[in-house]
Amino acid sequence: MTTLYVTIAIIAIVFIGFVGIYNALVRLRNQVKNGWSQIDVQLKRRHDLIPNLIETVKGYMTHERETLENITAYRSKAMSASGIGEKAQAEGLLGGALGQLQVAVEAYPDLKANQNFLSLQEELSSTENKISFARQSYNDQVLFFNNKIQMFPSNIVAGMFSFKEEEFFEIEDPAEKAVPKVKF
Amino acid sequence: MWELIRANRRRSVLLFMFMGIGLILLGAAIGYYFNPAGMGIDGIIIALLIWIIMSLISYYNGAKILLSASKAKKVSPDVHPQLYNIVEEMKIAANLPAMPEIYIINEEAPNAFAAGRDPQHAVVAVTAGLLTRLNRDELQGVIAHEMAHIYNRDIRFMTLAGVMLGSIVLISEIFLRGMLYTGGGARYRSSGSKGGQGQAIMMIIALVLAILVPIFAGLLYYAISRKREYLADATGVRFSRYPEGLASALEKISGTKIEMKTANKVTAPMYISLPFQKGKKAAAGLRSTHPPIQERIRILRSMQGAGFLSYQEAYNEVKGSGAHIIPGSGLKETDDPGIRKAFDSGDAPGLKTVKRNTGDLMMKMNGYTFINCNCGLRIKVPPDYKKNTIICTKCGTKHRL
Repeated sequence: MTTLYVTIAIIAIVFIGFVGIYNALVRLRNQVKNGWSQIDVQLKRRHDLIPNLIETVKGYMTHERETLENITAYRSKAMSASGIGEKAQAEGLLGGALGQLQVAVEAYPDLKANQNFLSLQEELSSTENKISFARQSYNDQVLFFNNKIQMFPSNIVAGMFSFKEEEFFEIEDPAEKAVPKVKF
Repeated sequence: MWELIRANRRRSVLLFMFMGIGLILLGAAIGYYFNPAGMGIDGIIIALLIWIIMSLISYYNGAKILLSASKAKKVSPDVHPQLYNIVEEMKIAANLPAMPEIYIINEEAPNAFAAGRDPQHAVVAVTAGLLTRLNRDELQGVIAHEMAHIYNRDIRFMTLAGVMLGSIVLISEIFLRGMLYTGGGARYRSSGSKGGQGQAIMMIIALVLAILVPIFAGLLYYAISRKREYLADATGVRFSRYPEGLASALEKISGTKIEMKTANKVTAPMYISLPFQKGKKAAAGLRSTHPPIQERIRILRSMQGAGFLSYQEAYNEVKGSGAHIIPGSGLKETDDPGIRKAFDSGDAPGLKTVKRNTGDLMMKMNGYTFINCNCGLRIKVPPDYKKNTIICTKCGTKHRL
């Protein structure tokens, strides 16, 4: 009789643990998805701002035709990119071109005094920041989720219900690279 | 990051238990003294009732009370687009579920606070003086610190802990004053000679508790509050990934010798920097809700990265102690996102510009509209101006509204 009770108890405990792990995995995966949609919103916002920006600076920046054309080209490339890896690459290029524009602006004091441009610039740099913060937060979630999938015992549950590891969103931008950590 | 909140919560529960035991002891001793037959139960019930009622009021209305005390005004994004953007950036970095409401306080002294019982009902308030003095990175540092308070659930915790401290102080104050005026109250039951000795002992115990419990509860509260300030600095830097922003903002805030008119003793602990002690010596360490600002700046400036581990190392280096400011689970090297590059190195505006911008911002908040005349004059149109046109007082040009 006791053996039966013990067996039932063990099965119950295992089952409860199983359900707990499954729910945790679902919650984490949803957080990853939510994190991605945060990035997506900001990328769309960036794409929406660019035509306005080009329109405003075109009249002032007569010598930067190439930079402006680059931005337009990268923008349409980024908008048609699909998949996290491809998107990251296209957005990296676009970000780099926008960075060049920021530097070039320094040579046009009239433009820097234009109220319209200033508010556009604030919007754009804020969007850049938001992309970078959203990316950070997304990657944190992905790391957390992937760790969970690889670790025992949750890897068993993950395998049974085919939870797949998620991809990190890494943008190649030299300015984004962290200052190297110095240890004494 | 999530484990950090959990570890934080465990610590908070511990503190609450200590303070709660203090409250119950105090109630029991006083109750027993007044009514030995009740075994102190009635005293405990009254003490807990006072605490629960005060907690409920401050839990649901704390933010409202705080905002109206500081005369803060809710603003739409267009009053200060940059502020709105920065709050949204930090909301994303902290992964908060909702955008906090943004308030501006009509004050020249640079300062800020966060309020609200949970991340869904959060509020961030900054003074007009803060907005005009800080550059983008510094403002981001301050907002990140405030969002960290929201993220760490510090506001709810500090409000409830503050209320518990308040209840303890209130109860012992009433008791001590009562003792003073009734001369011990022993005359009520001088006939009960049997209980006389026990009553006298109980009176001494109650007196001692009424004096000591508020002091110890206070020390406990202040210690936790300081620790939470450090933790909010660390969490804020983790969000903004730029320690220098907060450091130089704190430097500017502490360097401004303007006191806040709308802050008082009760609301002061909520601010990023204590609103009164500017210029005076910092309050004696143990009885202050905030760590010394210079120390906070030094810690931020010694950080090698932007993660919790870097903050912990910098803290130990500056304080020369091995104390743990971050709960152990938060200390993982892989969590360090690295320091980002400075965004804004814009020149600091002169005092005259700051004063003018602060004035303009306050006017904008109050519904004024601005018109730039071609002659260079800036016309400020009050919100109750009725006519469709306005004439420039300098060159006489007619402007349409």
